[in-house]
Amino acid sequence: MNNETREEITESPPRDLAREQLLSMYRRMRLIRGFEDTAQRHFEAGEIAGFLHLSQGQEAVPVGTCAALRSDDYITSTHRGHGDVIAKGCEVKYMFAELYGRTTGYCKGKGGSMHIADFSQGIIGANAIVSGGLPIALGAALSIKLRGTDQVAVCFFGDGATAEGAFHEALNLSSLWQVPMIFVCQNNLYGLSQPWEKTAYECELPRRVSTYNIPAECVDGMDVIVVYQAVKKAVDRARAGGGPTFIEAKTYRFLGHYVGDPALYMPQEERDAWRKRDAILKLGRQLRTWEYITDEEDEQMDTDVETELAEGVKFARSSPIPEPEEALADLYVHFDHQGNPL
Amino acid sequence: MREITYRDALKEALREEMLRDGRVFVMGEDIADPFGSAYKVTLGLSPEFGTDRVIQTPISEEGFVGAGVGAALTGMRPVIELMYIDFATMAMDPIANQAAKLRYMSGGQAKVPLVIRTQGGPGRSSAAQHAQSLEAWFLHIPGLLVAMPSTPYDAKGLLKTAIRLDDPVMFIEQKLLYNTQGPVPEEEYTIPFGVADIKREGSDCTVVATSMAVVKALRAAELLEKEGISIEVVDPRTLFPLDIDTIVASVKKTSRLVVTHEAPERGGFAAEVVAQVADGAFGYIDAPIQRVCAPSVPPPFARNMEDYTMIDEHKIADRVRKLVRCEI
Repeated sequence: MNNETREEITESPPRDLAREQLLSMYRRMRLIRGFEDTAQRHFEAGEIAGFLHLSQGQEAVPVGTCAALRSDDYITSTHRGHGDVIAKGCEVKYMFAELYGRTTGYCKGKGGSMHIADFSQGIIGANAIVSGGLPIALGAALSIKLRGTDQVAVCFFGDGATAEGAFHEALNLSSLWQVPMIFVCQNNLYGLSQPWEKTAYECELPRRVSTYNIPAECVDGMDVIVVYQAVKKAVDRARAGGGPTFIEAKTYRFLGHYVGDPALYMPQEERDAWRKRDAILKLGRQLRTWEYITDEEDEQMDTDVETELAEGVKFARSSPIPEPEEALADLYVHFDHQGNPL
Repeated sequence: MREITYRDALKEALREEMLRDGRVFVMGEDIADPFGSAYKVTLGLSPEFGTDRVIQTPISEEGFVGAGVGAALTGMRPVIELMYIDFATMAMDPIANQAAKLRYMSGGQAKVPLVIRTQGGPGRSSAAQHAQSLEAWFLHIPGLLVAMPSTPYDAKGLLKTAIRLDDPVMFIEQKLLYNTQGPVPEEEYTIPFGVADIKREGSDCTVVATSMAVVKALRAAELLEKEGISIEVVDPRTLFPLDIDTIVASVKKTSRLVVTHEAPERGGFAAEVVAQVADGAFGYIDAPIQRVCAPSVPPPFARNMEDYTMIDEHKIADRVRKLVRCEI
């Protein structure tokens, strides 16, 4: 993407996104940020167990992507997936309940932060195996093709997954089969602590991917409109039978790999520079410039989001803790965990 | 009743289920005609059903097994062929971390109606990466079902059930069984998972055997019969769910137990059976429980060495004989 395009978008509102859509995307990004900030506080206070992999800074990628999707389209996500699933439609109260290990959580407390799924909205699982979602999204796309619908399957994954074998197998098979799959690589520049540029000799992902004869581009992952437009193009192509697309969205993880990681490997100047490019602040500036939102409305949205989050936490805290024996349920459709028919 | 091969029984099951349910498709390496898969089970299916329902893949096990999981999650009923069970190592993530776990991790939302047909076992000098018996790995992973048919009748009935179940199934065949013949009715039937079959009734010793070991145990029964020793051969047919009740009832009757399989002894399925029988029939057991399994080495190549490591009817019969004569 060249600078001219970027300036144009900043100065005049996009023609392909209505004010209401942009406001909804803006709210969704703030909801994700707020969800993660809140989860972080309660994790640090010892209320939430396990791991917490946060994605503050990356919100534009899932929100821009899911704005181009329908409810019946599929996504797979990752261990750093709160943003992806909220963008696709998850409600924060059921997510908090999952993080708190309650029966009302999306996975009844069996999945936790890394495994949130909502099959009713096409969220076929956040996956804690790096690259684990790629072959699954490929299979969802194959299923779409075999069933003859016009859905699409989006696979969210990080830059770390691009060194896995499954990444290359999924690229090759999606291209061979020409299935409606969209690879959305959230390149946040680090795989845990490993800097992206130290994981491959050929770091230009579109160049690497284009050898599979898949249309591939790198976009600014700190600009939700740019992400939306790239994904929309890919979705339109996929729905029309044009096969897979690869999108690398360059973004940044403002914090460490998980809560508790001081991220000493991320230089302070780099962190400061990316903080200045915060996609939420950027969209806020654009919306005010275009007179899509007033300062009062902006503040009101902030209050609404805070209220939704506070109510979500309240819901989670007041939800029932599962009976320990619930650990034995939900393994098979036809049998209990010991193999007795259900 | 007509007799057909184990191979044709499997093919019939695939064909009938594909005709019955448009969501069923098969996918794997080299499965389309004219090659028709390594052991020819799918030969003839691609001309009949087309390459949209008989999907021949590149050598990409993690990719296509994972794609099978994704397709199963989204309304299809894939039957994947994994050419050798040894190649499951290349697809362990989609099998063990995905297919087995997605329902549980999602709090019961996901259904994974996926069948992975594969085959294992020694006997053709295939050496250590084409002849393993890895069923215990899959048995150990909560979330999978494991079937190991030993006859054409069981192969057809169990495969049809596997395809209709909404849970992921490791369906493990044996390379030397494909050419074996047996009675298979023309009319429709299925065999439920978790129901053992007593392949031969007897009174002196229970022999629990799986897959090819059933064939060998039945041969051992013939040898022993001439000596006046009567063994009961119990084939669990599915390792999980396991019909321990039938096994325990048999042991209560015979008071002796030998468990035999082609897989290495250490950490194998036999150990699980022994533990459950020790629990369920402790007071009835009159002799040390025995395992007749492969030694814990990889399958060697040279024929004589492979034979040395394989179980056979003589090894089973010898152990039973010693047991019955109180020589152990």
